[in-house]
This record gives sequence, C-alpha cells and structure tokens, in this order.
Amino acid sequence: MDKLLLLGDEAIAQAALDAGLSGIYAYPGTPSTEITEYVQSSEKAKTDNIHCRWSANEKTAMEAALGMSFAGKRSMVCMKHVGVNVAADAFINAAMTGVVGGLVVVAADDPSMHSSQNEQDSRFYGQFAMVPIFEPSNQQEAYDMVYDAFELSESLGTPVMLRITTRLAHSRAGVSRRPEKQQNSLHYSDNPRQFVLLPVNARVNYVKLLAKQRDYILLSETSVYNDYIDGNDHTRGIIAAGIAFNYLMENYPDGCPYPVLKVGQYPLPEKRLNSMAETCDELIVIEEGYPLIEDSLRGLLHKGLKIDGRRNEFLPRTGELTPDIVGKAFGFPTITSMVVSEVVKMRPPSLCTGCGHRDMFEALNEVYLEKGEDSKIFGDIGCYTLGYLPPFKAMHTCVDMGSSITMAKGAADAGLKYAVAVIGDSTFTHSGMTSLLDAINDQSPITVIISDNETTGMTGGQDSAGTGRIEAICLGLGIEPEHLHVLVPLKKNQEEMVRVLRDEMSYKGVSVIIPRRECIQTLARKKKS
Amino acid sequence: MKRDIILSGVGGQGILSIAAVIGEAAVHQQLYMKQAEVHGMSQRGGDVQSNLRISDKPIYSDLITRGKADLVISLEPMEGLRYAGWLSSDGWLVTNTTPYINIPDYPAEDALKTALDAVHKKIMLDVDRIAKEVGSSRVSNIVMLGAASPFLGISYEEITDGIRRIFGRKGEAIVNLNLKALAAGKAVADTIIT
Repeated sequence: MDKLLLLGDEAIAQAALDAGLSGIYAYPGTPSTEITEYVQSSEKAKTDNIHCRWSANEKTAMEAALGMSFAGKRSMVCMKHVGVNVAADAFINAAMTGVVGGLVVVAADDPSMHSSQNEQDSRFYGQFAMVPIFEPSNQQEAYDMVYDAFELSESLGTPVMLRITTRLAHSRAGVSRRPEKQQNSLHYSDNPRQFVLLPVNARVNYVKLLAKQRDYILLSETSVYNDYIDGNDHTRGIIAAGIAFNYLMENYPDGCPYPVLKVGQYPLPEKRLNSMAETCDELIVIEEGYPLIEDSLRGLLHKGLKIDGRRNEFLPRTGELTPDIVGKAFGFPTITSMVVSEVVKMRPPSLCTGCGHRDMFEALNEVYLEKGEDSKIFGDIGCYTLGYLPPFKAMHTCVDMGSSITMAKGAADAGLKYAVAVIGDSTFTHSGMTSLLDAINDQSPITVIISDNETTGMTGGQDSAGTGRIEAICLGLGIEPEHLHVLVPLKKNQEEMVRVLRDEMSYKGVSVIIPRRECIQTLARKKKS
Repeated sequence: MKRDIILSGVGGQGILSIAAVIGEAAVHQQLYMKQAEVHGMSQRGGDVQSNLRISDKPIYSDLITRGKADLVISLEPMEGLRYAGWLSSDGWLVTNTTPYINIPDYPAEDALKTALDAVHKKIMLDVDRIAKEVGSSRVSNIVMLGAASPFLGISYEEITDGIRRIFGRKGEAIVNLNLKALAAGKAVADTIIT
C-alpha cells in the first residue's frame, strides 16, 4: 500500500480509524485539533457511524469517551496539554475504574508555548494516573503506537495515554497503514463494581491498579518502542525520549558514538536503565518538556551517576528542543554564514481586519478609558486575547478557560468598581457558564461581554457548542432580561454599543452584553464551499 | 540527494500551497519527506514558516539545523530576511519583493533594500505583478515556486507533473494558467543564475 503523507495529528486519527474506533471526543485546542478534524472529514466516519462531533470541553469529552469504553467500544479523547487539567478529574478516575473497550487519551503538549499559556508536561499526568504512556518520535510511530494502544488498553483494562508535542502534531511525513479492524460490538464489564467508585469499591480498584504497575514496567522492558542502540564510546550513555531522539541523530548522521536508549513507552524500563548505567560513566537525558526521566533516574538507578539534562542546564530548562540546541549541548558549533539582519522586526499575530472583536474593543475602550483605575478588563482564551496588544491594550488578565468571569467577580468582591469580563462564545460554553452562575448567585457588580462570533475561531473555526442559544443559556442561569443585550458589532453601531456598555457598567449587578457577528474567516470559508 | 527548504511569509499568504506542490513531486519520486508547519495563533497575521525537508535517505529531525538550509522561499521580503540566517554558505534566498506591512515598526524601504543586498545568492521578484501579467493574482504562489524551481533538486518536469496532478480536477484552463505562472517565475530565476 502506498504511504500517506500525514501530519502527526492525522496519523493518530488514521490509526484510530484503522483500529476500529467507534467514537472520538474532543474540544478544539492547538496542537491537537487536527486529530478530530481528520476523523470528521473521513468517509469512514459517515459510512461506519463513528461519533466525531465536538464536545463542550475536555472533561465532557473524557467522560463520554469513558462511557463509550464502558459500553465495550473503542474510543479516543484528544486535547491540548492544558485541556488535561480540565479533564483531570475524569482522567485520573478512569485509571481507577479501568476500561472495557480500548480507550486512548491523546495529550498534545506545546513546549515553547507557540499557542498556549504554559508548557506543562502531560507525561506527569499519565504517571500520576498510573497508566501506560506512549511517546512517538515520528509520524509512523504515532500511527503504530495508537494502533497498538487500543489493543494494549483492552488487554490490560486501562486507559492508555499518547503524549505528543507541537512539532510532531504539525509536521507531515509518509505513513504506512496497517489492516483495518472492525468496531467492537456492544458489551459490558462482568464486574458490577468496576465503574462504581464508592470507597468500598475504590479501595479494591486501587490495589488492582497498583498491582498492574509491575506488568506495565515489564511491558516497557521488552517494548519495541524502547530501543537500545549500542555505541563504541561508553563514557556517556544517552537516553532520548520521543522526538528528542531525532534531534540527537540529526547531529550524528553517521551514527551516534555513544550507546542510546530511545524511550517511547512508559513507565520507564527500570532494568534497561540500570544495565545502561552499569556500562556507562555518565548519563545524558534528552527529553521534550519537564525533566521527568531525569528526575526519575535519580530514584530508579542502583548506583549514583552524573546525570546531564535540563536540571544542570546541559540543556535549557525551558522551551522546545531543536537540532541546534541539542547539537550545542554536544559541543557542535552553530553555523552562522548569515546573521539575521536587525531590520527584521517581530510580527505578532493580530485580530483580522473586519473582525467583530475589533468593533467590540473599540467601543469597550471608549468607556473603559473614561473610568481610569476604577476599571479592569478580565480576558479569556481565544482570538480576542489579542486585544491585549496594541492598538487596543484592553486586557489585564488571561489565565484559563472561563476565568474572565470568575476573576472579574473576585475582583469586584474585593472592591473593584468596574469589573468587565471579555469571553468568547465557545469559551463561555466550555467553562464560563458555571462562572456566570456564581456571579449571578452573588449579584456581583460585573459586566460580562460574550463576544459571540458563532464559532471556535482561534483554532480554525470549529463548531461552537452554544451557537444560537447563548441568550437562552444566560437567561436560564438567571440573568435579568433587562440586563441582557444583543448587539451587532459594526462601526455604524458604535454609539449604541458605547451607550449600552456605559449604562451596564454602572449597574450594580450582573449584566451580559453579547456583541454578535460571525467570524469573517468562517464566513469566507462557508462562501467558498 | 538532500534539500532543506524553509518557506516563510505572513499568516494567510498561503506558504503551504507552495509546500504542497513540492511535497507532491517529492513523494511521487519516492523521496523521503518531512514538513513542519505552523498552525494556531500565528496564523492571524503573524510570521509563519514551514520547514520542508526532502532526501533520498530517512530524515530524523522535523526542523532544519541553523546554517544548513539549501533554500529559503519567502512570500515577503522581511520574512525572507528572518530566515536567511538558516541558509548554508551556498544556500539561496528566493523572495517576493512586495512588503506586507501590518506592524508599526516595519523597516524603511532603503533599510530593507540594504539588508537584502547583503544576501549574496538571491532571486528577488515581484510575484504579484508577474502573476497579474500571467493572468491572475491567484497564481502568485506558483510564480514563486517557479522562481525557486532550479534549486529544489527535483526536475522541472516533475514539478509540472505535480501541478497537473494537483490542479487536474479543476480543469485544463486552471492547469495551463498555473503552468504559465510556473514558467514565468522560472524565467526570472534563469536570468539571474546564468
């Protein structure tokens, strides 16, 4: 069969389709979005009735995927690294219940924060939940690992995590497929206690979960994804995880002189690590993200060895690895035949010309600047976060999904006179609804702007869970109808928007203002198709 | 055979459409290929780049090592300069000359020109003007591809075949327009390298 040219994300999706997937659950988030999109646009999703509609957030996605597994079928749940925080309650407890149908959890990390608020390392979540983790070094491995992960998940009765990073997610390479499998039929666990985590059952499950750890380690010892490549020079031994392996080998095109253990499956293979430590004078760890392997080694090794890694600045503590960074660590000179000219300036992203968020910020700034220090704007996660940058400079916070409303409420509780929250429609239904409920119950004096572009814009225009129902949701939560306004953010309506904002910012209770105009990118795509 | 290519531009200019044609031709020749793209926030008018690596041997890294790129193809002159530092000593910069000014501190025209003059091996062309002369501003990226075609390590015939395969569904007229754009770009390069 011919190779397919696939993004890492697409390879993951193709593997899931080939492995008999019955449903994929996700909320869009860079760099994980394209996994679900690939399934959505596949013929197979239609012909085989594979669930692929977006979920409201990562927690609902994780729970639905677990529900599908409960019913015996294979499911996948995908998210960006910070999405794992949202899904964590369900994820950690899914490890406690175990699974029936294979359940693969994909966490896409974003070291260097290309499109994120932090660079947290999802392997820690996998380790915390005590589930096996795969970490591919290339697109073919991503495919193979997902294909194998469904089998492993079912045979061990546990969710399996696949951890990738931005570079693999968004890089394309040739991928060979494996034979297509049928979907599982509906079937259930024969243990009625398995999914009921009452303390009496949870204690039993926890002992089982701990007992399984030994099996997981044994599997890692013999895994094809943990590959030992011997070298002549044992003054150093190198442990390279996931795509870090590529950056090492890029610097040694004719083969690495030192022994290398390529790590792709966790928990770590303790015996292999120890036998490497026996024959090497010191160890070097190259891993994308936090120093997980590096720190683990200090507890796992039977003898003390010097370990170079991110802790001692052998490699930088922050940011994505590159072939240059790894090369420099090994003493290779950086070639600079040309220096980058100083005329080259930063070109940060900006709101599109004609975007409705722009008109919203124009109006908001007019009122906000009148209030001076008495007014703060609490932002959220989405395109409109760019309102922080010039020319608007209209944002004082951006922390996590839904935090705009609750942080505004907290600041108002503290005495801030004019607290304004700016949140998008998709972020609102992801995590802002409960925040609004808190504010309404407390009658907090805040003004909430739900800047509604009827899509999930930043990630490329995916369906937004509450489109057409945002006012109904707000009314249902208890917002007073006279303090709920829907406006069209256009230049010609500027005066009206300013007036409504000024009135509502003076109101000593919760108001919701919904500037609504479809995202111009989504609109353009619709017109094209 | 190995070619390490950086494509650069501003989000929305469509650098990936150029990468798609090169990738198609490379894969058709059974070459190994890796292509790293930028998705997400930067696509909103920020600087974007794609690392495209082609080789007859397996490729490890998705990213190109600094100082080892054979070619930088840029749809915008300042963005071309941003990645010129990745070029090897005999690497080429192929860049559009029309600035895309969406930042307040964009360099002045003469400062930009001086900086570009410092790059020894380069092809500079106004792809938008040439595309309009060919028949449509929509084929400007293919003009760019044509100007880069002598440096790709893939024969011109393979690239034209790739264009036929990619645009074939859209009809003969579109295929011919793109082939004309490709030839117009190549003509500019030919006058400079010979």
